[in-house]
Amino acid sequence: MKVIYQTWWKVLAVLLVLSTLTTGLLFRVPVLPILHETIRNLYFHVPMWIGMLSVFIISVFYSVKYLNTGKEEYDLAAVECVNTGLFFYSLGLITGMLWAKFTWGEFWSGDPKQNSAAIAFLLYCAYLVLRNSIDEEQKRAKISAIYNIFAFPIMVVLIFVLPRMTDSLHPGSGGNPAFGKYDLDNGMKIAFYPAMLGWSLMAVWIATIRYRIRLIEYKKNSIN
Amino acid sequence: MELLHQTWNLFKKEVLLEWRSKYAFNGVLLYVVSTVFICYISFSLTPGFTGSKGYPIVWNVLFWIIILFASVNAIAKSFMQESKSRLLYYYSIASPQAIILSKTIYNILLMSLLSILALLVYLLFFTNTIGDPLFYFLSVLLGSISFSTVFTMISAIASKAGNNGTLMAILSFPVIIPVILILIRLSKSAMDGLERSLSYGNIGVLCLINVIVITTSLLLFPYLWRD
Repeated sequence: MKVIYQTWWKVLAVLLVLSTLTTGLLFRVPVLPILHETIRNLYFHVPMWIGMLSVFIISVFYSVKYLNTGKEEYDLAAVECVNTGLFFYSLGLITGMLWAKFTWGEFWSGDPKQNSAAIAFLLYCAYLVLRNSIDEEQKRAKISAIYNIFAFPIMVVLIFVLPRMTDSLHPGSGGNPAFGKYDLDNGMKIAFYPAMLGWSLMAVWIATIRYRIRLIEYKKNSIN
Repeated sequence: MELLHQTWNLFKKEVLLEWRSKYAFNGVLLYVVSTVFICYISFSLTPGFTGSKGYPIVWNVLFWIIILFASVNAIAKSFMQESKSRLLYYYSIASPQAIILSKTIYNILLMSLLSILALLVYLLFFTNTIGDPLFYFLSVLLGSISFSTVFTMISAIASKAGNNGTLMAILSFPVIIPVILILIRLSKSAMDGLERSLSYGNIGVLCLINVIVITTSLLLFPYLWRD
């Protein structure tokens, strides 16, 4: 876990996010009916979900590690990754809702993609409730690690598989082409891919800071 | 081979215990019959409802909600009714995978029987509008299998975390919502008598969810039981 104390990738994250702020807002985008300039939301909406996904994957990784070794630090890493992931989850929902207001007409129109995102949000809220319901630390760490591993594949099915099978207005679902297929010209790619990487690194960075704070608290409270 | 042998013996034990008391089966059966009857009486307060346009939709959704709550009640018991000392005894003679597998298979059997009986009772009270009965029956079976696999694992987690019903509901509902959405879609198309090949995608996703849930429970249960 040495890499979380190094600086180079944090600098990279800041540079990438700053670059997408300029390229994403200033570069030329294809002129499409209905979408118009809202297509720029792609640079800020999709990276939130990618950021969420990367911290959730790290969280599952540390849950597996916790079950194998029983070290308390791994549990702290897993829970802080989930906390950060939920923050990015909310940002993803909000950016999506803003975009939906301008293109679909409503903040929340009961689209399958929106509904299953809300259900998966409940899934991770249940994780936090489960943690609060157990007092004994090791038992809490073990059971929540198990639930975390159990919840992750279901979240993936909910958000990334199910909406593709029904009629959804969301790009990339239910026969609607994703932006990548037709509209994402090379000019957009310059802004889009750095945004994905930059915001993922940003999410990981926030998670590591939260983890380090938790670790200090844990060490302070432990008896030695 | 050892695993299969242990699973089979534990499964026989589950069936034998249930056969002696018939508590879970009769209890949930009575629960289902009374719920159906309450729904029947409540809906018959509105005359002409059976002929109305929304009737098939309500028919289908109501059936799945009854089955959902019946299965939560039936399966929540599977780990909670075991005493701590008896669980310890099982773990000393069998592998944890055998225990969760036997519980899952037993719950599948129990839920299939219960939901078939529930369907029969339901058909007795509410006028039948099913277009493709065989396919509807298949979707009911698939539904009881999916409910059993999901709820068995969740009840194992909930029973470790203090045995309360609230936790069972909080943990299981987000997991079960996608399953019940697919089931309602599948059974609705069976009801309307649509072309069967249109539903193969839904059946595939349902089987996929079951495979994911069973593999994760087999992988995770060995960590869960140890205190």
